[in-house]
Amino acid sequence: MLEIKDLHKRFGALHAVRGVSFTVNRGEVLGFLGPNGAGKSTTMRMITGFLPPTSGTAVVNGHDVVADPIAAKKEIGYLPENAPVYGEMTVVNFLRFAAEIRGYSGAERARRADAAIENARLESVRNQTIGTLSKGYKQRTCFAQAILHDPPILIMDEPTDGLDPNQKQVVRSMIRNMAERKVIVVSTHILEEVEALCTRAIIISSGKIVANGTPAELKSRNPSGRLEDVFRDLTLGEETLRKST
Amino acid sequence: MDFTRNTKAIFKRELQSYFESPVAYVFLVVFLMLTAFLTFAVGRFYENGQADLRAFFFWHPWVYLILVPAAAMRLWSEERRAGTIELLLTMPITVSQAILGKFLAAWAFLTIALALTFPVLLTTLYLGEPDVGVALAGYFGSFLLAGAYLSVGILTSAMTRNQVISFVISVVICLFLLLAGWPPVTDFLIRVAQDHGHLEWLVQGVASFSFMPHYESIQRGVISLRDLAYYASLIIFMVFATHLVLDSRKAA
Repeated sequence: MLEIKDLHKRFGALHAVRGVSFTVNRGEVLGFLGPNGAGKSTTMRMITGFLPPTSGTAVVNGHDVVADPIAAKKEIGYLPENAPVYGEMTVVNFLRFAAEIRGYSGAERARRADAAIENARLESVRNQTIGTLSKGYKQRTCFAQAILHDPPILIMDEPTDGLDPNQKQVVRSMIRNMAERKVIVVSTHILEEVEALCTRAIIISSGKIVANGTPAELKSRNPSGRLEDVFRDLTLGEETLRKST
Repeated sequence: MDFTRNTKAIFKRELQSYFESPVAYVFLVVFLMLTAFLTFAVGRFYENGQADLRAFFFWHPWVYLILVPAAAMRLWSEERRAGTIELLLTMPITVSQAILGKFLAAWAFLTIALALTFPVLLTTLYLGEPDVGVALAGYFGSFLLAGAYLSVGILTSAMTRNQVISFVISVVICLFLLLAGWPPVTDFLIRVAQDHGHLEWLVQGVASFSFMPHYESIQRGVISLRDLAYYASLIIFMVFATHLVLDSRKAA
């Protein structure tokens, strides 16, 4: 279970995240929606322990990420924005490195790396230098390191960003396959992805949560029944409000 | 046990990464050719007729001044630029383990470069009867010196995502740390200090922070506790400062 408790983040004068709280249980896929600059990535970075919160915390399967970061990080698999990878390594070496950091050694380490390669469908590029791979494969490599240790909690920042429609399908089906046994939080701009993948969605705008419900509930907020219109109502309003003050 | 395992994993990755790009090979070739040139041509190794490695070790502080910042500049700057710092620091490791792993990997790389100069030692052994103890002390002193320069480099690398800035600042700091105890500079400063109120103690004090006196004393064949303490405290200080810089600059 993942509990986010009143997270705040200030960068100097900029109050980027303003009291975000929510809970996600096993079996749920939470879609994290919002305009660019709303605070989605910042929130995810606080949950995964990359950024220290100004106040508030995230409790990851019982471990407080501020008080006990190492224990919390062990429970999380994270796919950061832009899927960073070590370009000079080969796919298999990179995954073996990730496995080693995750505590595996010897035969188990090799087995985990191979399993991750299989799950992320990277067999054909196993020994290729990551820097030479296409964007889709790089993304899948980063995805592979996130699932390698079979973490109970997966946090993915725009996992299908920049992928072609076929690759998007591959990633979505990978996520769907794992949904039952895990807590999954996915941030995205793609509203159809929310409907296809998520059991629940949160819309965040200017650092605050403006909606929290199932895709069906959210769609019912607007007479048109389209998520896009609901999104626009909730987020454009905030922006024009901000501009006028 | 966890601590060493993570540090080891990062150490291995970083060391491999040096050799997976052309950087390592260019560096090694340049280092070896430069030290050889400076020893045999400029240092007049053969003409001196002495079976010792003074002409060889004399140049190391100056060669390291350019090359060690070049080896160090990518340690953190590259992680920031590529975004992999976000990957690394969200793994169940501490910042200390990451810094230590990277530092030791870079130091190991420099040690490999230093070890590859063994032909100079073999030449001396063949041509005469050098004091092997002094020669080995020389290598040890050079090894420590490389570590000291490196610790400055890893700090500047943590401060910026731009490798060139890291390189330049690192060279400037190392230059200061080198010149502050270099006899031509200290002699001049002492004369100035004497003329302006007997401040020789100040000059001596600043000079003791320098690499040079500690390097030279080990080169004479004496490995004293004072010199070891100097190198240890400098390196520990720089590594600690690196930790502070990384903590304060998360995600920037």
